[in-house]
Amino acid sequence: MTQETILIGLAGVLAAAVPVIFAVMGETLSERAGVINLSMNGTILLSAMGGFAVAYNTDNIVLGFLSGMLIGALVALVVAFASITLKQSQVAVGFVLALTCRDLSYFLGNPYMGVPGPRLQALPIPFLSDIPILGALFFRQDAITYISFAAIFLASIWIFRTRPGLMLQGIGEKPAAAFIRGANVNLMRYVYTVIGGALIGLAGPAYSLAIRAGWMGTISGLDGIGWIALSITIFGGWNPARAAFGAYLFAFLQWLGLVLQPVFTQVPSQVLQVAPFPLMILTLLFVNIGNTEWVERILASMPDNTRKLFSKALRAMRVSPPAALGVPFESE
Amino acid sequence: MLKGRLGGFLFQLIALLFAFGFVSLILISVDASPMDAYKNMFTGSFGSMRKFAEVLVAFVPLLLVTAGLLVTFSSGLWNIGVEGQVVLGAIATTWVFRYFLESGLHPALVITLAILGGMLGGALWASFTGVLKVFGGVNEIFGGLGLNFVSTALTIYLIFGPWKRPGVASMSGTVPFPDEFSLPLLFDLRISLWALGIALIGIVAVYFILQGTYFGLRLKAVGKNFRAAYLLGIPTWQYSMYSFLICGALAGAAGAMQVAAVYHRLIPSISSGYGYLGLMVAMLINYRAVWAVPVALFFAALNIGSIQLPILMKLDSSLSGVLQGALVLFVLLAEGVRQKFVKKA
Repeated sequence: MTQETILIGLAGVLAAAVPVIFAVMGETLSERAGVINLSMNGTILLSAMGGFAVAYNTDNIVLGFLSGMLIGALVALVVAFASITLKQSQVAVGFVLALTCRDLSYFLGNPYMGVPGPRLQALPIPFLSDIPILGALFFRQDAITYISFAAIFLASIWIFRTRPGLMLQGIGEKPAAAFIRGANVNLMRYVYTVIGGALIGLAGPAYSLAIRAGWMGTISGLDGIGWIALSITIFGGWNPARAAFGAYLFAFLQWLGLVLQPVFTQVPSQVLQVAPFPLMILTLLFVNIGNTEWVERILASMPDNTRKLFSKALRAMRVSPPAALGVPFESE
Repeated sequence: MLKGRLGGFLFQLIALLFAFGFVSLILISVDASPMDAYKNMFTGSFGSMRKFAEVLVAFVPLLLVTAGLLVTFSSGLWNIGVEGQVVLGAIATTWVFRYFLESGLHPALVITLAILGGMLGGALWASFTGVLKVFGGVNEIFGGLGLNFVSTALTIYLIFGPWKRPGVASMSGTVPFPDEFSLPLLFDLRISLWALGIALIGIVAVYFILQGTYFGLRLKAVGKNFRAAYLLGIPTWQYSMYSFLICGALAGAAGAMQVAAVYHRLIPSISSGYGYLGLMVAMLINYRAVWAVPVALFFAALNIGSIQLPILMKLDSSLSGVLQGALVLFVLLAEGVRQKFVKKA
């Protein structure tokens, strides 16, 4: 493989990760506030279909992306209403929405199957795109890819460097304490869930109007992306930068699967495509195993030096969710 | 009046109306007549003996999966991996069939072994999720989902790799088994009374375990309050594992029925989404086993009835999924409204 093809491949990886980036950023914000939006898989499909349909009928790509965000926000609003106001199980509501939105997208998207439609064009940035290597990698992408870079950056700054971001951490970790300090916990949870939902809703059009332009229904290969994004959120430890790394790693592995196809001809292509899933389980195992009781017990029985080494390694990998994730908040 | 059992019933009725109203609006939005769609779905599932037999074919795995899920839900676990457990049940069943096809054993014995093998396969696959949960701290939703994708890949690998048809491998699956290795079918219909019987035994057994045994009581204690159950001396993680194993065995039985009574071979979409649909049924009946049979039958009828939609009305058959989802969603919301506004009053 020449350097040129590798560069194009890697630039493609950055673009291919865009929908997952948006989904993961949205889910991270939502879960940071304490609400799991499990509907993601359905939301992405429905916003992909809806965004494409709107862009096709209005011939306006921007409207397509905006309607995807609107769909995501509306689905998230249902999750928020059911879980915050009605105090029903977030997992149950989210799961039902994941399946219902998926089927709804297949049902409503039927007339748009395989119809050629508008597609976002690449937008090279003058001067920057001429920088050797970096230019080809980062600055010859389309607009939505640039926005995805910005989203990672902004989400990180917002959560860790701003006052409202600190409050956001508070309502997910210790809602009672945040309440005492004057935060309207449930309102903030509504806001972040809906904003998070809008970001998740960007993921759909990022497929149907950019990297996999068009709507192909059940054979579009989008079914499952939402579940992957959900596990990448955990892998990312609710940290936008680490989550983005997970999303890029996933896109890279999928690309590698394609590249290695000619090498492992006896392995069916469908098998290589699912290679990320066992890896996903393994990584979840690595980031969680430090939280289990039996590991702690074994660590406690080890001689000092070995224990320090092991617990350091485990701590480096370990992530723990926001303490109040999935727990309804009552002010009384 | 809104408080007691009657009130709950009233709210469920309202939820039902909302769900049908929602789906009717969607149908109107694509210029289709809701009444025609519902009528076609009804005649498509109950219009003839042959169609009703198809409903029962879908009902069998759905009921088995629901029965299994009632056990995991009772112990507080979200066994989303049930889909993969169905698949592994089907794979294990196929493996046993292939192993004994030429052995000269009596077909009835081979079929029995194959079904038991399927249950074992499903239980084994469920135990992976269980071990990941109990010893690895991996939430069962994510462990299960990941394993679902792995199970699908495994099916495709087997169909295109080691178990491929002589000549060309294809999406149509492995070589079908000879007729004598099928569970006996009723007349010339596709339904096997044996499969139906096994499914009904499954749900009755689960009802009995949950309602009538000490084991079931402890299982529910673990589900209601894990910590309190632990402090009371119930071996909590063992009970979590038991419920995974029981659910996996029942899901595996569902996969075994798909192979032994319906397809007589392994096909790529062997589970047909019955695992996920079972989760919906379990949620809709609010985890009460007595309602499993009628609701699973209703959902199976929707699935089969919707097959008519593309043929008669040029609509996508996924409408059944939308209706099923809307039903569960509105029942959940109605229950939430009732708890919030009625119980307080």
